[in-house]
Amino acid sequence: MSAQSADLIDQVLSISPGSRLDGLRRHREVARDNIQRAYLALFEPRDASQVTPLERLVVASFVAGVHGQLVLADHYAHKLSVADGSTGLSSVLTAEIERGKTHGPYGNYPEGPLSSENKSGPHYTVKAEHRDILGSRLVAALEHAHLLVFRLRDSSREALQVLLDAGWSTSGIVTLSQLVSYLAFQVRIVEGLAAVAASSEQAVNSNVAAPLAAAAHS
Amino acid sequence: MTTTIAHPDNVPPVAFTQDELGWIPWLQPLTEAELTDRHWAGLVDASRSKSDYFMLLAHDPEVLEARTKADKDIFYNPNGGLPRAERELSATATSRHNGCIFCASVHSRFASTHSKRRDDVQRLLDDGLDADLGERWNAVKEAAVALTDTPSNFGQTEIANLRAAGLDDFEITDVISTASFFNWANRLMLSLGEPVPAKAK
Repeated sequence: MSAQSADLIDQVLSISPGSRLDGLRRHREVARDNIQRAYLALFEPRDASQVTPLERLVVASFVAGVHGQLVLADHYAHKLSVADGSTGLSSVLTAEIERGKTHGPYGNYPEGPLSSENKSGPHYTVKAEHRDILGSRLVAALEHAHLLVFRLRDSSREALQVLLDAGWSTSGIVTLSQLVSYLAFQVRIVEGLAAVAASSEQAVNSNVAAPLAAAAHS
Repeated sequence: MTTTIAHPDNVPPVAFTQDELGWIPWLQPLTEAELTDRHWAGLVDASRSKSDYFMLLAHDPEVLEARTKADKDIFYNPNGGLPRAERELSATATSRHNGCIFCASVHSRFASTHSKRRDDVQRLLDDGLDADLGERWNAVKEAAVALTDTPSNFGQTEIANLRAAGLDDFEITDVISTASFFNWANRLMLSLGEPVPAKAK
């Protein structure tokens, strides 16, 4: 099996067959397989007519980046730089990721008893100088992605209209929404499993020699 | 020119509830007449063609199919790991933290059904994430919330608390999977449509 077709989460966490983390993942083998299948459906789509492969990588790179999930951010940034060549999209995106980083979730509830739990926070927009480079479709996509990542409870019908007005089709919006939401899932699976791996490492550390712990590090 | 679908007569619920809410889309779902074999495969269960939510997601059938199969294994696989009630508690705490009133309604109901602790579940909805639910449930709730924060705050403290509450690594992995999965589901439910109040009994 080529590196490309190997399981991405195993790859980014350096999970080897038969390891403790491998056993934990294979305990839910159908989920494990379908988490990978969803990744392939998003990044090697059967139908790329409504969202281009490059658009998918730009959005994924942005979403992993603003989450601060470094290994996945590197993964998507690398794929993007390979796909993009030298148009400068990668450096624009690096700057936008820094501008977009904040702490979520925040946003407003519908007016009523929950209003006291409303939490304010930045409403991200792409920097003026970057808008032409990205183009109106990607500008709208990144601004929507930021809404979905950080202030999802501010979501609205009007936000979808902005995407339609920028040239996204209904099925393109469904794919874009799945892409951002899948990434929000994927970064948490990786964060969570990395923490479990680190905790086993600590347990090993306290009992056995250090080299074992080093081997478990990812 | 495509436009979104407005629902001027709907008055969406404004509080968390265990009632059976509805959900209506802001974009046009597929109709049954439009479904090809590829779409039916994406729906996994043919009965899901009756749901606006799944018929909207069927616009991208390959992603929907993988998502549905992952969902079912994470929540329904009876082979060990976290008891179903606590998988649903994790989904509820995640939805409560993100603010998805619809998702929280469905999964709080499941949590109540499987745990028989309806009042505790209701306190999580009413009082929010500070509600004291006892050591084990608190550990699950707090782990789900920490993982739901962006960037994630999930780490050794949460794992230590889960272990102290008696969870093994298979159960902890289920907490991670269920909370992560609802960070996927909440974003779709919140952004593609709106909840509808429960029908009067």
